Amino acid sequence: MNPFIEFVVASLILLGAAFALLGSVGLARLPDFFTRLHGPTKATTLGVGAMALASAVYFTATRPGLSLHEIAVMVFLFITAPVSAHLLAKAALHRNPAAHDKNEANE
Amino acid sequence: MLNFAIETGFIMIGLAMLLNIWRLLRGPDITDRILALDTLNINAIALLVLFGIRAASSAYFEAALILAAMGFVATVALCKYLLRGDIIE
Repeated sequence: MNPFIEFVVASLILLGAAFALLGSVGLARLPDFFTRLHGPTKATTLGVGAMALASAVYFTATRPGLSLHEIAVMVFLFITAPVSAHLLAKAALHRNPAAHDKNEANE
Repeated sequence: MLNFAIETGFIMIGLAMLLNIWRLLRGPDITDRILALDTLNINAIALLVLFGIRAASSAYFEAALILAAMGFVATVALCKYLLRGDIIE
């Protein structure tokens, strides 16, 4: 394989893995639920996006023809991640309405 | 270079999944556990994509797509149950 393409694939994989790890560190370390919601829903989605892009570049370089089906995973995750984050935030507010009042008082 | 990147990626995703499992077991609220499950699922997709690159096989990609769809439906169903006490009203 072309060394330049190998470099691009390797750096996209490392970038994706680093974002996924950062998202999970945020999930484990941040103090309350709404800050914890922030970490994984953004960083992890971006990490998987970079990894799917690496896979698309790799299979386009090694197989004949363009390989775009990894982009489907990426688009699907980019559409569904905000929806599930919104539903999780709604469920958490429903269970603990005091969190909403606390935020209003801080403003 | 590619082998090194793939192996480092495996280690990093594995660490991320361990942190998610820690949050899944610890809680404290049920919404934290749902969020940890959702993140675990997204990390499993990343792991499958990495396996696909290492094995140079497109079979893993199909599994990743199915996992993405099922994980989203599971998260939405769990949140809906918490919000309304029912999933399909």
